Amino acid sequence: MEYILILISAVFVNNIVLAQFLGICPFFGVSSKVSTSVGMSGAVLFVMTLATMVTFLLHQYVLVPAGLDYLRTITFILVIASLVQMVEIILKKVSPPLYQALGVFLPLITTNCAVLGVAILALGLENVSLLKAVFFAVSHSIGFALALIVFASLREHMELANIPKGMKGVPINLLVAGLLSLAFLGFTGLV
Amino acid sequence: MVESINQKQNFLKGIVKDNPVFVMLLGMCPTLGVTSSAFNGLGMGVATMFVLLMSNIVVSLIKSQVPSKVRIPAFIIIIASFVTIVEMVLEAFIPFLYEQLGIFIPLIVVNCLILGRAEAFASKNNLISSIIDALGMGVGFVIALTALGAAREILGSGSLFEFKFVSEDANTFILFILPPGAFIALAYITVLFNKISIKNN
Repeated sequence: MEYILILISAVFVNNIVLAQFLGICPFFGVSSKVSTSVGMSGAVLFVMTLATMVTFLLHQYVLVPAGLDYLRTITFILVIASLVQMVEIILKKVSPPLYQALGVFLPLITTNCAVLGVAILALGLENVSLLKAVFFAVSHSIGFALALIVFASLREHMELANIPKGMKGVPINLLVAGLLSLAFLGFTGLV
Repeated sequence: MVESINQKQNFLKGIVKDNPVFVMLLGMCPTLGVTSSAFNGLGMGVATMFVLLMSNIVVSLIKSQVPSKVRIPAFIIIIASFVTIVEMVLEAFIPFLYEQLGIFIPLIVVNCLILGRAEAFASKNNLISSIIDALGMGVGFVIALTALGAAREILGSGSLFEFKFVSEDANTFILFILPPGAFIALAYITVLFNKISIKNN
């Protein structure tokens, strides 16, 4: 039951992009086509889960016992950056088709604050265990995927719309994101 | 004389022409996430500006020592060290702001504005220009965050810097202090900003 609550909360109520404002850069950057947004979502799911797993273990078994909790930020970002590099190298060798699909998005993910954000947020869960932290990361990346893909399909439709000159580009995208976020606000109180 | 005019332009470009938020769209997560009041926006802006200034100084000083292959990890370590300092100082001296900004303080590390300036400017220019660049970009970022925070606070809670100018039971647009309001307010401020900068050109 607790896990179902985490899932619903992460996907709908506290959506990582639309309610917590993490991962805004890829949300605006790679949402012009649905196909690329699907690729990006896959890459985020992969990296976020792996990163949370590694940073959680590192925090629990190295940083906390050694009393180095204050080095959290600096270690996490280094771990995530090197992890992304490693994943890229391994994927290239082991599974070229998957690399073809996700490869271009991987370097972008290092500066995606959603990955670091979720890794830090996962440490603050109640009675946190490895399984719970990983589930938390998976739920949040599903939330990210949902927001990104919905937004990309809205943007594809907007290409045909007649938009006032001053609103073209960034402002109209922000406005659509605001309306999408408003729709998600309707889920408040679900959990 | 030519030098000083260039430095003036170098400073001003961060505020108007290449404003990090309104024009370059860098560092959007904290911009949207913490600006539910003007004070939070100002606090976040100043914290980011401090990290940006320090990282630009250090990067510009060590630029000839760092091999270009490992420069990005090196820059990230420099930035992360200053973020950790900011995190500890805020927790110790301004716990109220530390609570309000929450997760977004450690996330200054992944603010693309800071890494962007380190890579695009400080690693190629001398110390003085890098400091001025950081100050210009930092002031531009502070102005953007404070303006967005102020707009949202005025509309959403009818106050500015905690100073209330409507009666306690007045109806305000609560939407603007909720997440959707951040997107909508920023959309309209960007339209205004574009309009003003087009007019000036």
